[in-house]
Amino acid sequence: MSVAETVDKDMGGAKRPPFRFRWNWLGVMPFLLFAGALLILPTIVLGARSLAGADGSTTLDNYRSLATPVVIDSFRLSIKISLITALVGGIFGFLLAWSMVLGGLPKPVRSLLSTFSGVASNFAGVPLAAAFIATVGRVGLFTILLKAAGFDMYKAGFDLYSFIGISVVYLYFQFPLMVLVITPSIEGLKEEWREASENLGASTYQYWRYIALPVLMPSILGAMILLFGNAFGAHATAFALTGGNLRLATILIGQQISGDVLQNPGLGYAVAMGMVAVMAVSIGIYSILQRRSERWLA
Amino acid sequence: MVGLTIAGPQSGSLTGHGAAGGPGKPTGSTPVPPQRSLIRRLWPWLIVVLAVVYFVTPLLGTIRLSLRHNKGTWEAWRLILGNEQMWPAFGQSIVNGLATIVVSLLIIVPTAYWVALKMPRLRPFIEFITLLPFVIPGVVLVLALIRLYSAPPLLLTSTYNSTRIVMICAYAALSFPYMYRSVDNGLRSIDVRSLTEAAQSLGAGWPTIVARVIFPNIRLAILSGALLTFAIVLGELTIALYMAQRTLAPFMADIVRNKPFEAAALTLIAFSVTWLALGMISYVTNRAGRKA
Repeated sequence: MSVAETVDKDMGGAKRPPFRFRWNWLGVMPFLLFAGALLILPTIVLGARSLAGADGSTTLDNYRSLATPVVIDSFRLSIKISLITALVGGIFGFLLAWSMVLGGLPKPVRSLLSTFSGVASNFAGVPLAAAFIATVGRVGLFTILLKAAGFDMYKAGFDLYSFIGISVVYLYFQFPLMVLVITPSIEGLKEEWREASENLGASTYQYWRYIALPVLMPSILGAMILLFGNAFGAHATAFALTGGNLRLATILIGQQISGDVLQNPGLGYAVAMGMVAVMAVSIGIYSILQRRSERWLA
Repeated sequence: MVGLTIAGPQSGSLTGHGAAGGPGKPTGSTPVPPQRSLIRRLWPWLIVVLAVVYFVTPLLGTIRLSLRHNKGTWEAWRLILGNEQMWPAFGQSIVNGLATIVVSLLIIVPTAYWVALKMPRLRPFIEFITLLPFVIPGVVLVLALIRLYSAPPLLLTSTYNSTRIVMICAYAALSFPYMYRSVDNGLRSIDVRSLTEAAQSLGAGWPTIVARVIFPNIRLAILSGALLTFAIVLGELTIALYMAQRTLAPFMADIVRNKPFEAAALTLIAFSVTWLALGMISYVTNRAGRKA
């Protein structure tokens, strides 16, 4: 770290340095350059190319072409899956987190569940796809058990390689992610609030309806939006499961990398920028809601 | 179970390791549930049992399928363990994972330390940048990286190994949210300024301070970020796939499509390695919590 050493000499040991704007910035330069080269610059270049026409002029044509059926369908499918898994995963994740925090479970059970949530929320990709093929695929364990019980999932319209199947698979990481994100908020509910409401004669229902849920609402909404973004940007699981037959927005971008399926590279960049925009909006809303909820639950 | 436990103020934090960016703040006291009817107390158990069934069934299904090869119970295991491409792919992924941790630590530890010591007001800005991987989906990032760095002036991806280096750097960038969070949490739990001044008064230079004073003090905090990074790199498919790397995940994706029984066995192997790494995080976090 030659930069840091120079700074050291300039400051002369332990004395509190006078404010040296330039030198201090040098200390974060390696980080900024690295993040710049691998995250920021590539995205900016992508954005610039999405604005370039076939002849090299600056144009919004690519964004206008987003209205083609292929693109619209892929975004619609992605949004549908993300919404449904955020909603279902959000509700069940909240219920599990609620049981863990306020359900009077023994401590080992609670810590086991929170560890498991930490593991499962990061568990996307090929192994997850393989595990679900082995479970609810045509010869999967669950499918066969149900068949033995007289119910044929596949005859009833279930298909692992379709919208409903992908949603079931995504829930495996969505649901524990909700547990992780919402648990601190539920733990932040103050016992005094419940006591105060009980002293004033409120029922448990009234406590939840008028105090706990309103206080938790920004966190719950924020967490669900985070879940939405999490599913929206997911590629590996869907790719491993369907190999690209089910065209999500991420799958479409992947196909655009290996071969120009849209027959217009610029349109591919516009699709990618569209994804970044959706992600940025959802993460942005999440952090705003998170900050709002910290007013009560910090 | 004990129906009504009096939870003391130090009853443990359940925040996990805040993988997805929930504020990993320590919690105060867990609210004590009042005495409730039996049915009310059974509800949480019902939910937990359902959750456990949902979590465990895919594992059981995978175990079952791995033992159902039509040539014999252990045939799928024999085939996958004897597969000539499996071990090199596994090895590459492990090396990539370790290299990613090293690159990520080399960037994040000095930066987080410097910011904590000299420019605390920059903290939100640095944190914002570390969170960018959440905004840029992996598939978009790999598209952008390939289009930028494979094009004529740079040609960084012209050979397998140069591509591999680009990929490891991309992985390091993807690990920033986790790594920065755990390093920063570690730094917040120690007195950075006093440690620095003490080391300086004993004549230590910056590299010595970072490597021999700061790093050992936040080792446990770093470990959780490092293990998570390792687990993520080990299973990462999208970037490796489009950068044509022969790592574990693309190999697995191939197997999943063609050989379901072997895929189940391989999944269980990958499962156990990943879960070992991730399970260790909570063990480490618990120990760190006890030390604090």
